[in-house]
Amino acid sequence: MKNEVAYKSQADHSKMKWTAKLALELRKAKRYRALVFMALPGLLYLLINNYLPMFGVVVAFKNYNFTKGILGSEWIGFENFKYLFATKDAYIITRNTILYNFLFIALTTSAGIGTAIILNEIRKRFLTKMYQTFILLPHLISMVIVAYLVLAFLDVEKGFLNNTLLPMLGIDPISWYSETKYWPWILTLVSLWKGIGNSCIIYFAAIIGIDNEYYEAARIDGANRWRQIWNITIPSIMPYVSIMTLLAIGRIFYSDFGLFYQVPLNSGLLSSVTNTIDTYVFRALMTMGDIGMSSAAGLYQSFVGFILVVVSNAIVSRKNKDNALY
Amino acid sequence: MKSNKLNQIILNIFMISLSVFCLIPIWLLFSASLTDDSEIIRNGYSFLPKDISISAYSYLFDGSLGIMNAYGITILVTIIGTVTGLALTAMLAYPLSRFEMPFKNTLAFFIFFTMLFNGGLVPTYLIYTNIFEIKNSLWALIVPSLLMNGYFIILMRTFFATSIPRPLIESAQIDGAKEWKIFYSMIIPLSTPVFGTIGLFYTLLYWNDWNNGLIYITDSHYYSLQNLLNRILQDIQFLQSSTQMGNKGDELVANLPLGSMRMAIACIGIVPLLIAFPFFQRFFVKGLTIGSVKG
Repeated sequence: MKNEVAYKSQADHSKMKWTAKLALELRKAKRYRALVFMALPGLLYLLINNYLPMFGVVVAFKNYNFTKGILGSEWIGFENFKYLFATKDAYIITRNTILYNFLFIALTTSAGIGTAIILNEIRKRFLTKMYQTFILLPHLISMVIVAYLVLAFLDVEKGFLNNTLLPMLGIDPISWYSETKYWPWILTLVSLWKGIGNSCIIYFAAIIGIDNEYYEAARIDGANRWRQIWNITIPSIMPYVSIMTLLAIGRIFYSDFGLFYQVPLNSGLLSSVTNTIDTYVFRALMTMGDIGMSSAAGLYQSFVGFILVVVSNAIVSRKNKDNALY
Repeated sequence: MKSNKLNQIILNIFMISLSVFCLIPIWLLFSASLTDDSEIIRNGYSFLPKDISISAYSYLFDGSLGIMNAYGITILVTIIGTVTGLALTAMLAYPLSRFEMPFKNTLAFFIFFTMLFNGGLVPTYLIYTNIFEIKNSLWALIVPSLLMNGYFIILMRTFFATSIPRPLIESAQIDGAKEWKIFYSMIIPLSTPVFGTIGLFYTLLYWNDWNNGLIYITDSHYYSLQNLLNRILQDIQFLQSSTQMGNKGDELVANLPLGSMRMAIACIGIVPLLIAFPFFQRFFVKGLTIGSVKG
């Protein structure tokens, strides 16, 4: 019924001239001004917190001067971008951001699906619940504290690995926070540790939603548990998998700032394997005070990120309207 | 039948190992915080310390480090942030769920676009520091980047549009109730589940936030717990100097159990979450799955 009304009003709308439409909306605004006032604080907030910075991106095309501000500084066109892309950093941060994200998406998704299937096979409900609690805990912990957890293992003098594990295996202590070769593994492990619970819970909810009749029919046909998982569970959750993956790919140009900044303890020696676009922008702004480079890298991220989000969402909404952002 | 039982055992062993993988770093943190410092210097952090000592905690709570202050700031910011965030989100989401709302589609796009494109750190930083001058104030911990999230607005609007029967609103209108009155005494009481879920996410966001403090706070009086942790993580001297100042210099540097203190303060940061988690787990799981899996 409600849909019918909405549909009708939409149909009428499309036939109207824009002046008539505007007049109608203004009449509504007068009559339902309480609703408008209700929405006003939130809209104002978005205007200041989100829209003002969107226009502020012009700073990337300017030679920023603190006394003149964003508007008063002189235009220099693409100079900042030229400098940025002339450095080796531009390549490194782009490569790191994208490769790590691909790796994290692939691992967390497959581990999440696997765990969700296993969790669903466990018969005792209270155990299922308990495992869920345990694997979700890392998701709650802030990256600063995660960095402490990692430090407890990797600290060069006091860490568990250098003091207990490596001597047991007869390996010399490793100076973890200055050797780059270990960090792709460490960061991947931390990301998996933090993300597996979340991923598992999402696919677990999808599995629970599968109609039991499919399984009953399969059992009558004599399919064993493995065949049921292979032929019913996995195909049924595939739509969710592809949608979640596409949405994650839409955000592939954004890295988890905390993971790459906090966990390696902001170590400069590791920057070739831990520097991503987000950490680069942060350091260029906060440590070096280089507004030109940081704003250029930031706009590069926002712009490519925007295109990726729009494209991935367009694909998702063609697959399933409900799951897309639009 | 027998193989079924064996299967269950194997599955449980797998899940137990995974649980151990998830919990063991937290265990190491706790045991490290409770280890006597002389043992840490000899053997490093270990899972089963021989000399247990709570001296790290007693140093932390002697007042000099400002832990109580940081805790107070975290609690204050979390409460104000959650309440304001929820109020703003609901007040924006509700009108957009009503078809009477003027410019409804335009406004929905206005919100939605913030999820697609953002100005990024630099313009946001420049605007907040130069125009609004929120550096080194509590505003910096509450206002930027967290107060509202397009995703929460859309989630709430969907809830209002699908879970609150239209005739209910209409009958209230016929009875002469004003829009604010309808919102306040009808919509909010009917929407406690979504308020609970989104409120929980706001609470976690504010409790765990270190990003705003890292960007906007340089004065340690305004450190939240996470910012204090952040500072100590990157600069162990900070822990040393501020604890010594409190002890009026009568403690030698070498006597401070820095190794365990560092871990103890991290423990203080997660204990409240670990205790509260079983109680809010239901809402949390709901919040995680609500947008992605329907039905």
